[in-house]
Amino acid sequence: MSFELIGNVLIAGVLSGLVYGLMALGLSVIFGVVRVVNFAHGEMMTAAMFAAVVLFNTWGIDPFMAVIPVVVVFFALGYLLQRAIINPFITRPEHSQFMLLVAVAIIMVNALLIAFGPNARNVQVDYQLESFELGPLLVDAARLYAAGAALVCSAAVFSFFRFTMTGKAIRACADNHMGAKVVGLDIRHLYALTFGLGSACVAAAGCMMVLLVDVTPQLGPAYTLMAFVIVIVGGLGSMPGALLGGILIGVSEAGAGLFITPSAKSMVSFALLVVVLLLRPQGLLGKRP
Amino acid sequence: MFSQINPRARGLLAALALLLLILPWIANNYVLSVAVLILYFAYTGQAWNVMMGFCGQLSLGHSLYVGIGGYSAAALFVHFGIGPWGGALVAVAASMLVGAIIGFLAFRFGIGGVYFALLTIAFAEFTRLGFDHWQWLGASGGFFLPVKQREFNDLLNLRGSPVMFYYVMLALATAALAFCTWLLRTRIGYYWLAIREDQQAAQALGINTFRCKMIAVLISSGMTSLAGVFFAFYYNNLFPEQIFNMGRSIEIILGPIIGGIGTLFGPILGAALLALLADGITELMAQIGIELPGIKQVFYGSCLLLVTMFLPNGVWPALARRLGLVSAPGPDPAGNTVRHPDG
Repeated sequence: MSFELIGNVLIAGVLSGLVYGLMALGLSVIFGVVRVVNFAHGEMMTAAMFAAVVLFNTWGIDPFMAVIPVVVVFFALGYLLQRAIINPFITRPEHSQFMLLVAVAIIMVNALLIAFGPNARNVQVDYQLESFELGPLLVDAARLYAAGAALVCSAAVFSFFRFTMTGKAIRACADNHMGAKVVGLDIRHLYALTFGLGSACVAAAGCMMVLLVDVTPQLGPAYTLMAFVIVIVGGLGSMPGALLGGILIGVSEAGAGLFITPSAKSMVSFALLVVVLLLRPQGLLGKRP
Repeated sequence: MFSQINPRARGLLAALALLLLILPWIANNYVLSVAVLILYFAYTGQAWNVMMGFCGQLSLGHSLYVGIGGYSAAALFVHFGIGPWGGALVAVAASMLVGAIIGFLAFRFGIGGVYFALLTIAFAEFTRLGFDHWQWLGASGGFFLPVKQREFNDLLNLRGSPVMFYYVMLALATAALAFCTWLLRTRIGYYWLAIREDQQAAQALGINTFRCKMIAVLISSGMTSLAGVFFAFYYNNLFPEQIFNMGRSIEIILGPIIGGIGTLFGPILGAALLALLADGITELMAQIGIELPGIKQVFYGSCLLLVTMFLPNGVWPALARRLGLVSAPGPDPAGNTVRHPDG
């Protein structure tokens, strides 16, 4: 096996991993603040992917342009979902929250199935065939752009939490729920904002993902699982952890596809998850829960 | 065992038991197959409930034990000619071993709550992918049991008519109900409830929480694997993609959650409600003449959503109160206000 092949696979793994990371970032942000595990995360991802496909096939809007409207719509939907449905559940036991979001996921998958049918959809843009030569290595242009955009989006989310007052207020809610209430923060609004932000992350990731894979409604649960694996490996609630976990999973899947067999690639990520849970249950960059 | 149930409830229970016993004479094959499915989910729900409802450990990977049970018994039958009853022993042992490994790893390392739930999913998915590549067991192409005849009932080899399978599943579900009723009256049953309500307090009182949680996992996984054995011999085919699927795990836990988690009759009622709901929707769609793939599931999901939102403790506790089946919980002997599992 040549060095070039391994190098190419590694690079592809890292680049896809960044997009996975952005998706998982959404899950991590939601869990870190609202303390609700979004079991409909992968379904939101597929919904965003379909939105990007429809925008492209109907009006020829490039997926990178589609990010803007899709993100806005998903932010609003996430905000409403939290405000109207999930908010009463934040004090309920985990299994109850789980059921609620499973119900939401079932509805979403099948609504997509009704709307788009079971067949795979994709977008075809010119730069999907282009690639850059990096010495002996080849880098897919589409993958590189997608990874770059994922990085930009992640950076935006980081800066929002770091530098804006709203971001700080949300972090305050996450750190100390009671304290945040005492100083008069509107927790319901902030939680809804967070859920909206998490949905926006997954929506942006979905727009980029359509450049890498075809989308079917049934993809949802697989992406939900992948997002879980990534955030647990990186550290549930840790934002850099989500990106690191995404890259690790991207690389390990690509590596497994090369060295073992493509159909066993998720096995490696699940093995990685089990090892991390046992040795470092808080995740690589997570704080002890 | 049923001494604490009031006369009205005892009457209803007897009527239900009678109905279930004579069902094969009054129902056609379709109704019987639905009844088998309901009993199957009542059984698996009961098994899952031991872990979550009694002991508070959320498992989202119970399809793992169904799959291991099914594959063990089927492999012994096909490759070595060992009948399902012998195979069931191996199936239970194998599932308990896997359960023990997961439980040991999780509880030793202090993994609980969401993390534990995700660990169970991970093990189930990992095993699914492993079986997908295990040629000896048919890999992703599926593993099939020979269907020789359906004319006469061979209970020893579990080959026979749907009626036989119905009674086998009825026996299993009844045994599970009796077993769980008994479990809740034992010392460990009370320990579990204590752990479920407040693990730290339970530990402070001197309960060996690790040991109790391990026992819950062992019992739950062993019970669930028997359902797998039944599944294998009832359907005669096993596909890793189906049997280990996360969707299957969710199906298992929907019943007890809808019915009422931690209650004895919740899993049974939940299984029945869900099956009737699914069938009712199919029927309704056929009547209206809508044929859209997925529309049924959208309704199904919406019903789940409504139940979770408005009946957080499940249907059974609300129904039991409405029907006057449970008397108001009296002060318990220790003077604590521990919630009664059926209250």
